[in-house]
Amino acid sequence: MSDFDPRTARAQVALAGARGVTAGVLSDQPRRDVARNSIFAALLFLAVIVALAGLALLIGDNLVKGWPRLNSDLLSNGTSSLPDDAGLHSAIIGTLWIMAFVILFIIPIGVGSAVFLEEYASTESRLARAVEVNVQNLAAVPSIIYGLLGLAFVARGPLSLGFTVLTASITLALLVLPIVILVAREAIRAVPPSIREGSLALGATRWQTTRRQVLPAAIPGIATGVILAISRAIGETAPLIPLGAATFVTYDPSGPMSGFTAMPLVIFNWVKQPQAEFQVLAAAGIVVLLVVLIAMNSFAIWLRNRYEQRW
Amino acid sequence: MSELTEYRFTEEVVSGKGGFAEKPGTGIAVQPTRPPEAGDITRLEKVFELQDISVAYAGVPAVKEVSMDIYKNEVTALIGPSGCGKSTLIRCLNRMNDLVPIAEVTGRLLYHGEDLYGPKVDPVQVRKLIGMVFQKPNPFPKSIYDNVAFGPRILGMKGDMDEIVEKALRGAALWDEAKDRLDSNAFGMSGGQQQRLCIARCIAVEPDVILMDEPCSALDPISTGKIEDLMMGLKREFSIVIVTHNMQQAARVSDRTAFLMVELEATEQNRWGRIVEYDATERIFTNPSDPRTEDYVSGKVG
Amino acid sequence: MEASDTAASGPAALTKPRLEAASPRYGEKVIIGLLATCAAISVITTTAIVVSLLAPSIEFFGEVSITDFLLGTDWGPTFIPPSFGVLPIVVGTLSITLWSLVFAIPIGIGSALYLSEYAGRRTRKIVKPILEILAGVPTVAFGFFALVFITPQIEKIWPGFLGEEPGIFSALAGGLAIGLLIVPIVASVSEDAMAAVPHGLREGAYALGATKAKVAARVVLPAALSGVVAAIILATSRAIGETMVVLLAAGNTPNLTFNPVEPIQAMTAFIATTATGDIATGTITYKTVFAVALLLFVLTLLMNVLSIKIVRKYREVYE
Repeated sequence: MSDFDPRTARAQVALAGARGVTAGVLSDQPRRDVARNSIFAALLFLAVIVALAGLALLIGDNLVKGWPRLNSDLLSNGTSSLPDDAGLHSAIIGTLWIMAFVILFIIPIGVGSAVFLEEYASTESRLARAVEVNVQNLAAVPSIIYGLLGLAFVARGPLSLGFTVLTASITLALLVLPIVILVAREAIRAVPPSIREGSLALGATRWQTTRRQVLPAAIPGIATGVILAISRAIGETAPLIPLGAATFVTYDPSGPMSGFTAMPLVIFNWVKQPQAEFQVLAAAGIVVLLVVLIAMNSFAIWLRNRYEQRW
Repeated sequence: MSELTEYRFTEEVVSGKGGFAEKPGTGIAVQPTRPPEAGDITRLEKVFELQDISVAYAGVPAVKEVSMDIYKNEVTALIGPSGCGKSTLIRCLNRMNDLVPIAEVTGRLLYHGEDLYGPKVDPVQVRKLIGMVFQKPNPFPKSIYDNVAFGPRILGMKGDMDEIVEKALRGAALWDEAKDRLDSNAFGMSGGQQQRLCIARCIAVEPDVILMDEPCSALDPISTGKIEDLMMGLKREFSIVIVTHNMQQAARVSDRTAFLMVELEATEQNRWGRIVEYDATERIFTNPSDPRTEDYVSGKVG
Repeated sequence: MEASDTAASGPAALTKPRLEAASPRYGEKVIIGLLATCAAISVITTTAIVVSLLAPSIEFFGEVSITDFLLGTDWGPTFIPPSFGVLPIVVGTLSITLWSLVFAIPIGIGSALYLSEYAGRRTRKIVKPILEILAGVPTVAFGFFALVFITPQIEKIWPGFLGEEPGIFSALAGGLAIGLLIVPIVASVSEDAMAAVPHGLREGAYALGATKAKVAARVVLPAALSGVVAAIILATSRAIGETMVVLLAAGNTPNLTFNPVEPIQAMTAFIATTATGDIATGTITYKTVFAVALLLFVLTLLMNVLSIKIVRKYREVYE
């Protein structure tokens, strides 16, 4: 490979490895080699199997345990302290409300940030560099800390929105914004520069070029990022705990300023209950959540793979 | 200014003499493509006047001290070996170099007598007037119709869009091939068709000048021939500047040719382009005044 | 060739084209402003996080000395009298992280090596999306899985000679669930690094008759080492910050031990159990939560910065 620079330290390590192999080849007996090779391959394959089995067990265990409660009552029953009457209805409504506002926040802000970084800011721009570093680091901040941010800044403090749907939406939107920005940037970067040049050479302005050429071409990638972000937001529990998870919402959330509940929160509360019936309910709830999230993720992955190599 | 860039029209050019000629040994046919009136350069309208134009990328020179005049309704070719800065130079003419933050253009560039790099000049406005066709066909990922209509739409051009699109496609000799598939994606066309679509897209906004940066380098000979034929017709309405590494092409299509060469710094760390000779195409290919031009066009170097 | 009318019109008929902008295009400028504002939200978020953590923490350290906090071995901020030695919950977090890595490193790197060196195109096409789906499973599901599946399994297969078997809550159960949760991170980032190893290196070794195993273990793995290390650091940072699993499966008992069978309390679990919506602002408990969160934030930030640096370094080498 022409792009391989043998002077670097990394390359030195690799070359040493190659030399070691060479020496090994010249001294080892071939039959022992073949056996070792098979064992090594089998071990690696085992690693893949363990990972896949873990996922299969997780899904299978919940499916088996939750089976008795996997029926339409689960979706139509509201919140209740009695396991027989409890269901996900309010939680689903709550999740839908929260997600509606999350989408409203993350699409313009996420795509706007990505467009700014890719199309407008020069790499030396201070703001661009600050944003880049911040996005990378925000992606790694533990989700419970976003919960504290929501508590101190959104529910109380400067915004003082209380423990409402809007508070939950803002907190989750901030949590998943880095995902949208990172994926949208990649999608925008994947649009070849020749498209931009072609448009600019016709006398289009930067924004006309971005809006009419770059963004339409990047839509599949951006959609992938948005879907991944929403599915992450749907499954998050920890950041909602400091925002009043203990509050027992028995009604259906009805708007941005209404009290909130969400699917993972309700499931979390069920898991904590001592009654065995609630464990069954929790398993059934997890199956519902998994179906939604796996469907969304699969669609996002399909979308990305489908449009990956378009140029 | 270097003596090489000092350009003087010779008697022959001024008088418009010189019919079909062939430089012995080169095998390059030179057609007298210029209209007879064009011979009298004092009566030709100048589109561009380049005065000591240099371009540097992050301080490293790419082209140095180019001076030349480009005339209206002519095809002007920039030829030279790769790395001589032909593309860099042509991208100054519609301020595409502005898009490269590290590029720095010095010297004076007049367009119809106005400073193209003047403080009040808007690069977007410049690019409306001076269109560009690129090396690799770069149609937009849209339908054929939308590719052509994009420019007129964003510029808010008045008139019936269907007519504008048809006129542009006819102008690019693409109408017959495209009229039945206007709604299909441009990516489904052949390379040559894509490049003619890019030309159609360009003329749809009715520019004054068309810049072509090696427009045929990615195409097969038949497609190349079609685009060359097209250029002969287009220059009636537009002024054309073409960068090409194909000497025969320059000889076939252009009225005037500028030959650029690579100059090396003594340390061989930096290299840049410099204009060697600029003259009527037939003269460049039959009787160049500089021996280096002769070596290049006769295939001895480059 | 038709004669052009250029010469006829002559210089007198020169049409001066307009080179100035037709309009000042304020719209463009407004849009740049809007886009910059969007981008600035990320910076504002970071600032808000730092401010919201720092302000109560500063107050906290006005009441509790930093050394008592960082070096103390007794954690009971809500007890009377309270004690603020953070070590037990830090050790709880580290213990959980350790057990998760014991699981995730071999499984993750093994999967990455298999996918990059052994698997055919078709296997890769099936396995990679499944791993991505694993990454999308909500954490509450992992927590529940640890509690109702992993814990009973551990009880079942626990060999007697290892001593007391784990109870309902243990660092081991939580650690294994988190391990499963971070496998996709280790696998995908490592595989990226392995894919970046130039083919020439592999071919050179193959040309000498080396087996696939040797090429994988002695050429590819060392060459991709920094990427693999970055993957592990990233996964560690994720494990440290994970809340739901530790909250549900590891117990809520501050316990200064690395013993995998004992219940512990992790930093995140402390925050989640203490900072519920009804916590009163300004109390020492409230401030304690933010002090612990600040410590957690600094810890994960450091790991993230480190992993970004390492990834950048190996990208420079091969790209």
